[in-house]
Amino acid sequence: MKKVKEELPFGQTISVKGANLWYGDFHALKNIDIEIPERAVTAFIGPSGCGKSTFLKCFNRMNDLVAGCKITGKFMIGDVDIYGKTDVNELRKNVGMVFQKPNPFPMSVYENIAYGPRTFGIRKREQLDRIVEESLRGAAMWDELKDRLGKSALGLSGGQQQRLCIARALAVKPKIILMDEPTSALDPISTGKIEELCDELKTSTTIVIVTHNMQQATRISDKTGFFLLGELVEYGDTEDIFSDPKDERTERYITGRFG
Amino acid sequence: MSIRKIFEDELAALKSELVEMCRLTETMIENAITALLNRDRELGKSVGKMDKRVDEYEMDIEKRCMRILLKQQPVAKDFRVVSTALKMITDIERFGDQASDIGDIVYHITGDNYIKPLHYLKAMGNLAVKMARESVDSFIRNDESLADRVIQTDDEMDELFLTVKNELISLIKQNAENGDQAIDLMMIAKYLERIGDHAVNVAEWTKYNGTGVHLKF
Repeated sequence: MKKVKEELPFGQTISVKGANLWYGDFHALKNIDIEIPERAVTAFIGPSGCGKSTFLKCFNRMNDLVAGCKITGKFMIGDVDIYGKTDVNELRKNVGMVFQKPNPFPMSVYENIAYGPRTFGIRKREQLDRIVEESLRGAAMWDELKDRLGKSALGLSGGQQQRLCIARALAVKPKIILMDEPTSALDPISTGKIEELCDELKTSTTIVIVTHNMQQATRISDKTGFFLLGELVEYGDTEDIFSDPKDERTERYITGRFG
Repeated sequence: MSIRKIFEDELAALKSELVEMCRLTETMIENAITALLNRDRELGKSVGKMDKRVDEYEMDIEKRCMRILLKQQPVAKDFRVVSTALKMITDIERFGDQASDIGDIVYHITGDNYIKPLHYLKAMGNLAVKMARESVDSFIRNDESLADRVIQTDDEMDELFLTVKNELISLIKQNAENGDQAIDLMMIAKYLERIGDHAVNVAEWTKYNGTGVHLKF
């Protein structure tokens, strides 16, 4: 009898308690607790090397690939303990990721989107066609790409490539999307489009974004966390963090008086 | 998908709330004048109760502007729109306060009959409503020529005020017993004249919004 794989109850909230991470001897994340709400945009800000990207990568276990990396603490996505007995592929299907540099596969627009669903066993052409259209619509790209589905994704502009990567992440219907400085390599127009997209996506998806651009964090996020030297110094509603931060270090950073 | 759609939606919502606030104050001025003309004490009293809603609008709009400034960091014309809205709500709120004060005087006004016909005060009331509406409309429609007309209309308001004032002075001179009511009517005239001044302030902010220069007229 064919064994039916049990679906884990991945939710859209992220709950972390007592997170610590070491790269060898280096203590990169220190005792972090955080509750990230569902269907909202949460931004992580802080100077370079403060641990925000490292923390983000914990949510889909990207740090597992780093030699000498040790992680302790409890990481829950909905009701699933992701460092427990979890299939990492299943986790990454539910927790998608978009990186700083657009990284489309060297194949057509269509194949880029269809790649993920195929990996998870979808073969029927009509079904894949529907997913490609839905994903491109979800990333607000259908109208500009519907006549170029067979063209190489590498021929798109940087901004289009990045939005294609978001569409590709959407194709497997993730519950959460992690974005690691998704606009730092883009011009202001493309950046604006990605920011608008985040606002639309959050109606159905939880978004966690790492950004060096504090104005971007204020524009698009509902919650903001400020990281410094591996600590989550302050976390709260974006309006509160940027209008009345409680910690002196947050105040100094966001007003540009840091260091 | 337009760039900065969130910001444009926020601006549209801000303008719509400003119009709602202004319309409410226009109704208050109209009701205060109707109460005066009909000696309707209860209607006069009810104007004051509407002022609470105006104060809520002011707080809401202020919060909205602060949020836009913080989260959207507007620049150039966008910056002026938000800062203009933030400044003009103080004057719109004063429209409501003055109407409320008039309503309060109507509730307490002395004497069985008016000591004089009220057609000049009625004209001032109509002018106050028109100036309030057009000052805010000039901002919403970005119409600097309408703002200019509001500023010019204030001369008409000032002339009416002087006429009413002179009438009341001569009535007091004729008979000291006219004094109590004359002072009440004088204060109503002064409140209406002040509404005109606040409308001029709003119109000046409209001109600042268009030109980036804040001139006092």
